[in-house]
Amino acid sequence: MTHVVVDPVTRIEGHLRIEAEVDGGKVQDAWSSSTMFRGIELILKGRDPRDAWAFTQRICGVCTTVHAIASIRAVEDAIGASPPPNARLLRNLIIASQCVQDHVIHFYHLHALDWVDIVSALSADPAKTSALAQSISDWPLSSEKYFAAVRDRVKGFVERGQLGPFANAYWGHPAYKLPAEANLLAVAHYLEALDWQREFIQIHAVLGGKNPHLQSFLVGGMATPVDPDRQASLNAGSIAEMQGKIARARDFVEKVYIPDLLAIASFYKDWAAHGQGVGNYLVYGEYPEEDRPHARLFLPSGVIRGRDLSKVEPFDPAKITEQVTHSWYEYSGGDGQALHPFDGETKPRYTGPAPPYERLDTAGKYSWLKSPRYDGLPMEVGPLSRMLVAYASGHERVKGLVGAVLQKLGVGPEALFSTLGRVAARGIETQILAEKMGDWLTELAQNMGRRELRIHDNSKWEPSTWPAEATGAGFHEAPRGALGHWVHIKNGAIANYQCVVPSTWNAGPRDAKGNRGPYEQALLGTPVADPEKPVEILRTVHSFDPCMACGVHVVDAKRREIARVRAV
Amino acid sequence: MSERPFLVELESRGVSRREFVGFCGVMASVLALPRAYATTIARAVAKTEKPVLVWLEFQDCAGNTESFLRASRPTAAEVILDTLSVDYHETIMAAAGHQAEEALAKTLRERAGKYIAVVEGSIPTGENGAYCTVGGKSALQIAREVCGGAAATIAIGTCAAFGGIPAASPNPTGALGVADAVPGVKNLINLSACPANVENLTALIVYYLTFGNWPPVDRYRRPLFAYGKSIHDNCERRAHYDAGQYVEAWGDEGHRTGYCLYKMGCKGPVTFQNCPNVRWNGGTNWPIGCGHPCIGCAEPDFWDKMTPFYQHLSGIPGFQSATSIDRVGLWATAGVGAAFAAHGLVSLLRQAGREQPPSGTKKPPEGESAKGDRP
Repeated sequence: MTHVVVDPVTRIEGHLRIEAEVDGGKVQDAWSSSTMFRGIELILKGRDPRDAWAFTQRICGVCTTVHAIASIRAVEDAIGASPPPNARLLRNLIIASQCVQDHVIHFYHLHALDWVDIVSALSADPAKTSALAQSISDWPLSSEKYFAAVRDRVKGFVERGQLGPFANAYWGHPAYKLPAEANLLAVAHYLEALDWQREFIQIHAVLGGKNPHLQSFLVGGMATPVDPDRQASLNAGSIAEMQGKIARARDFVEKVYIPDLLAIASFYKDWAAHGQGVGNYLVYGEYPEEDRPHARLFLPSGVIRGRDLSKVEPFDPAKITEQVTHSWYEYSGGDGQALHPFDGETKPRYTGPAPPYERLDTAGKYSWLKSPRYDGLPMEVGPLSRMLVAYASGHERVKGLVGAVLQKLGVGPEALFSTLGRVAARGIETQILAEKMGDWLTELAQNMGRRELRIHDNSKWEPSTWPAEATGAGFHEAPRGALGHWVHIKNGAIANYQCVVPSTWNAGPRDAKGNRGPYEQALLGTPVADPEKPVEILRTVHSFDPCMACGVHVVDAKRREIARVRAV
Repeated sequence: MSERPFLVELESRGVSRREFVGFCGVMASVLALPRAYATTIARAVAKTEKPVLVWLEFQDCAGNTESFLRASRPTAAEVILDTLSVDYHETIMAAAGHQAEEALAKTLRERAGKYIAVVEGSIPTGENGAYCTVGGKSALQIAREVCGGAAATIAIGTCAAFGGIPAASPNPTGALGVADAVPGVKNLINLSACPANVENLTALIVYYLTFGNWPPVDRYRRPLFAYGKSIHDNCERRAHYDAGQYVEAWGDEGHRTGYCLYKMGCKGPVTFQNCPNVRWNGGTNWPIGCGHPCIGCAEPDFWDKMTPFYQHLSGIPGFQSATSIDRVGLWATAGVGAAFAAHGLVSLLRQAGREQPPSGTKKPPEGESAKGDRP
């Protein structure tokens, strides 16, 4: 038995550490730890609830819209504000473009290097790469000359000896299975995607002034004026600009991302049998299509237990609790409690080793994340959960695309419950949203055309219009999964604020009963060819698209640390 | 290890000399240098070998990293950044765990005193640093080691520069900016804002490569080329302010027409940053351009001093009596006075800049407080 530590887990947002026990070439047990705490929920106390979105937005600069959206929804729920139709459409466009951009970046820039060997790409034959590219897509950048130029560019980079962010990685590891030509194709698209994301996300600058950290959110609506006849408003020119970007996004997703995903997945079908996880899936649902509470959603909410796709339970917010048995917090009523977020507490109490340290005490408290549970069970959240709930709920487009992907790979629906399934679900969702965005934009343009220009519910803006005391919850599907904010407002100020974020659901530690969190469970059985280079652990952890900094720790069962995967 | 001259490097990436000189022209204007400096920049950058960058993330949200990935104007900007050797950056690097750690150790060893450190996120001092650890080491330990051996350090974003949101009241983790967490750190420059605009990072690095030292800074160690004028002074809606035309409610006629956002809480008058000129995402837009007030994100302690965000500043001519004197009002009154004083200085500096090349001095302008020189 070998105890492995990976810290930092890189190519994620934030600070994550993984410790794992490896025996017989497989992970036997695993612990997930978040090693950073800021206390933003504590900082919010006593402040104006209309400011909260800007504070919570800074929880994450990668998914830079999600905590702003959840926050304004929570406060609107509390004070009874009703955003007008244009605000709903502007938000849907912002949320969907965030998701599309984030998923593409995840695939190419955060996850691809677990599957793609850059050094192998150097020996690729550009003619064969061109033939491969043209056999899977009619994307125009596919000539022999193009791939030769990419190969030479990378070759020049490698030969110069300054490898920068690609230094000292896993190149040549036996877990890499792609032929050189597929590696070169992926490297070319890694570079193209870097350009594409910059251009596409200008949509956020149109709708929110800038990205990261858009600045057009308001409790009760949006701050982006809409008027076809004004230069200082979102007008016909802005609509045309966004139409162009959405069209190019669709093109890129359909002709580059999805074909690459299928091509790469076809060499890694064994990963449909790894990384199964907890098998429970939670979705709050997203993209309201109507302007009222409990509106119809484009992607439905629901709960699936035990991988049973024959049944989708309705989502009940009352069943959410958080535990701190293995988290560096204490509850005033005892750490064995499971508290609903409305009664939630954030009292940090660090009991881990003093830094610098080699190992965490995983029998005690070992993470800055709490353990969220639904009806007492650990839940996986994210694109896979969303696509499973939509599929099992009979969403036509999702069913069609999931079916097509499964058929193309020659696998059954059970393959979805895996590391590979997460990768595929993320791609499917990206295509569905890239297709859908045009509808919301058209609706917005039609509203403008009939001079429906409202963007904000002014009737609830002044705190004097609010009840003396109110509570509200805001739910959102972030790229990485179900996100909830709970706010308690008293005399116009925040009395308590709690966030339960997707990566807390997925990366949280064990609960009071010893049930593992989704990362921990998914790592069981993951093959590890070389504990010194656990690229396979990264594959499964990255398939969740972690949003915190973390580490995986590989340690010998006899307390002899034989491998450490960590960085300063 | 061979290090090719910069222009050869650029040409191997398909960037012609002509495009590069064009880029340097744009950089000269971001830096507010005379146009003639384009050739000086071109000459300086071209002879420079690939500098090494080590990017550390602590109590951060990766917003500055994302900003860095958005470099879009001109195309060569991306190449400039790409052409740095980014030896350590958790969000983008391929290696993880001990292999990442080894890559960093190698750089610290082989490039001692030569690399540039970039710090993103604040540094917690509570619980002996346990509020942020990487590889089992505290952020404080890492920052002191890495910044201590760097030729220069860039604190990117308001968290690294001044503590930012983790340091907002009641600062639960004892978070500090780099200047306070790493006493005696040398050649520190602050690139505040939440996040910092990548165009200013590019310009700062080009400046460093061109002149071999940091540009003149304000009392908060921020480069004057980006933080020398208030948002208000450069705002496209300034004429409406002067004419007394204000947005009164979200979505009203004035809001749609682009009236001044002062009454909606705009902090542009007390915020120093070049957003109105450089804008965001390749010049696409900026917050006031999309109808929302400035929240003052480039200023120290803005989470406490600029909030509530939607309460308008007092102390601006014509509005003194409109707001009760509270925490914010008191501060804003003082802030506006300081803003006008700084503005006068900046105008002088800009005039001087037209007559002679920048000195590159790191000394704060005369008359400024010593805050930029804090240990």
